[in-house]
Amino acid sequence: MATSRYDYEEAPGTYDDANRQDIGYDPNFVPDSVKSFVVHLYRHIREKNVYEIHQMYEISFQTLSDRLFKDTPWPSVDAVAHYVDNDQVFCLLYREMWFRHLYARLSPTLKQRIDSWDNYCSLFQVVLHRVVNMQLPNQWLWDMVDEFVYQFQSFCQYRAKMKNKTEQEIALLRQFDQAWNVYGVLNYLQAFVEKSNIIQILEQEKEGGEQFTATDGYDYSGGSNVLKVLGYFSMVGLLRVHCLLGDYQTGLKCLLPIDISQQGVYTSVIGSHIATIYHYGFANLMMRRYVEAIHEFNKILLYIYKTKQYHQKSPQYEQILKKNEQMYALLAICLSLCPQVKLVEETVNSQLREKYGEKMARMQRYDDEAFAIYDELFSYACPKFITPSAPSFEEPLVNYNQDAYRLQLKLFLYEVKQQQLLSGVRTFLKVYSTISLGKLANYMEVDEATLRSILLTYKHKTHAVDSDGKIISNADVDFYIDDDMIHVVESKSVKRYGDYFLRQIVKLEGVITDMDRVKLE
Amino acid sequence: MGRETPKQQQVSYTVEQLVAVNPYNPDILPDLENYVNEQVSSQTYSLDANLCLLRLYQFEPERMSPQIVARILVKALMAMPAPDFSLCLFLIPERVQMEEQFKTLIVLSHYLETGRFRQFWDEAAKSRHIVEAVPGFEQAIQTYAIRVLSLTYQKIPRPVLAEAINIEGLSLDKFLEHQAANSGWILEKGHGRGQLIVLPRNEFNHPELKKSAADTVPLEHITRIFPILG
Repeated sequence: MATSRYDYEEAPGTYDDANRQDIGYDPNFVPDSVKSFVVHLYRHIREKNVYEIHQMYEISFQTLSDRLFKDTPWPSVDAVAHYVDNDQVFCLLYREMWFRHLYARLSPTLKQRIDSWDNYCSLFQVVLHRVVNMQLPNQWLWDMVDEFVYQFQSFCQYRAKMKNKTEQEIALLRQFDQAWNVYGVLNYLQAFVEKSNIIQILEQEKEGGEQFTATDGYDYSGGSNVLKVLGYFSMVGLLRVHCLLGDYQTGLKCLLPIDISQQGVYTSVIGSHIATIYHYGFANLMMRRYVEAIHEFNKILLYIYKTKQYHQKSPQYEQILKKNEQMYALLAICLSLCPQVKLVEETVNSQLREKYGEKMARMQRYDDEAFAIYDELFSYACPKFITPSAPSFEEPLVNYNQDAYRLQLKLFLYEVKQQQLLSGVRTFLKVYSTISLGKLANYMEVDEATLRSILLTYKHKTHAVDSDGKIISNADVDFYIDDDMIHVVESKSVKRYGDYFLRQIVKLEGVITDMDRVKLE
Repeated sequence: MGRETPKQQQVSYTVEQLVAVNPYNPDILPDLENYVNEQVSSQTYSLDANLCLLRLYQFEPERMSPQIVARILVKALMAMPAPDFSLCLFLIPERVQMEEQFKTLIVLSHYLETGRFRQFWDEAAKSRHIVEAVPGFEQAIQTYAIRVLSLTYQKIPRPVLAEAINIEGLSLDKFLEHQAANSGWILEKGHGRGQLIVLPRNEFNHPELKKSAADTVPLEHITRIFPILG
């Protein structure tokens, strides 16, 4: 699984760390429990016992890692290969887990990063070009895509810190310039999407032609789920990579075939569900579609609140909590820029008040302190943006790993600054039903021409253009101008009677059904 | 893997097809650059193709053409109120944005985003070489200005309109006549201070026109209770 270390400054993978890795580590020593593990896992994969595979993958692997490999790698693939008939595919899968464990518990060296890339290439080539006859649990398939993108992101961060690179590292970087190349990463994800035909499958499913979501992606007609599900998760992978590059529009386009208003295979794995909505919400935030972002963050934060207790023992727990906190920060930002509290559910709102109530009040003051808080929350919650291009090997070597992040932050704060005066307008509009331009200009201590500009800004910023070109107003308080008079329009929250009755009808039916079941003695 | 494109293409793909089917491919960079120039000369626009190109520039900065990037940004400005300009900026390295022509474009965008039309037209006049390189620029910005004004005003004083669309005097008279004849604008006499222009009614400047979405219930929700009613 992708590690829970989303810190900006990653521990450097120097040669010293490699030595620390090697202390007390014999790659050829295979404890009995590991032998038993690979033998059983191999058998279950051959026999397509998805449930058993899942148990071993999720639980046994973690237990053994905690017990025997707390800070060393697992035995090398060469040492275990003969227990599993030297099966090529199993060895590739084992190696994938081996590297994932390394990234999670230790610091990979440059050579190891490159070797991991090679392993992914080999594994993906097999899935893309050969007929693979396995059924693997969705958890595992999601982890593969997630980890692939994570290691790419990690490599870009690592590579961008050129200042303290040793000569050997620079030589390796020059030699293996194809490793974790951005074209390679994107094209593998794209290849999965295309080769699996997943977009057409999802289309046909809507018309009743195919079965995919209904079976959670599993193939019950004797085939394999691997390519299809990897293709599906790769769409989320593409969204994620595009967010890391700062291309939010294309990222959202890649996700389009997945209908996030419904359950789907993406909700079958909690990690995938959270990653999807986190990046979807973030992309919408950067595209100024605040209402959409608030809507989705609200849904998932409520979902996590209700279900996180069930994941307490899982290795993803820490990561779930971290993403939860980050999304609260993003929600705080969205609501400060677009005050629409009625979009937020009660439970989520009270959590939000607890965590960020004070900060949100200060953000809406739009003074210097406010910008500092916007900066803080954005920096805490944003994805780890990357510079995808190859480094310059010219002297002097510099660290440029923060460049991408700084650009996104700068542009975000620029947008916040443009909305600075709107808060003042809102306050006044809430108090008056009509007011002349002259009077309001006086109160706001600006001249009339400036006030007209501010009012136009308000209209422009609160009326976003959605993906279909329609104008959507997210203004909580609105107005129109008649010559030199401002008329305020309060958007009342209208009671949704229809919905209310529907809910009560369904509820009553449920109660009656329950009562019918009660046998009177 | 990944960098291959068919050596002999029997079917020639349109640029849009390339962007949809094979976007992560350094070989299509020249096609995308040509496409930008085509958009400029034929007054068409494709955000997706331009984002694709900006991405490729991001992957291989040494191949970036500042002239092409400037054109993309001008086209994006013309797409307002869509946020295309900032979507493009997200993909352009900071040091490139510091160059003079890009700083000017960012300032122009800032003025448009904050309703400062007078400052915008003043600055645009100083940077003719940038904006005149793209036909249709003036009309596009005027269209945007009218759009924002239509969200805001039921009735707008003539000088305010004039400043926003940068048309005055007789040209403005002609323009207003044309709009009155074709777009439902009404010209009124303001109280002593000259003309008032009544803009067409829409749900944003006439809130009573807002369709009350809250009272409608979509059919899919009703289907939930069909089993109960049946």
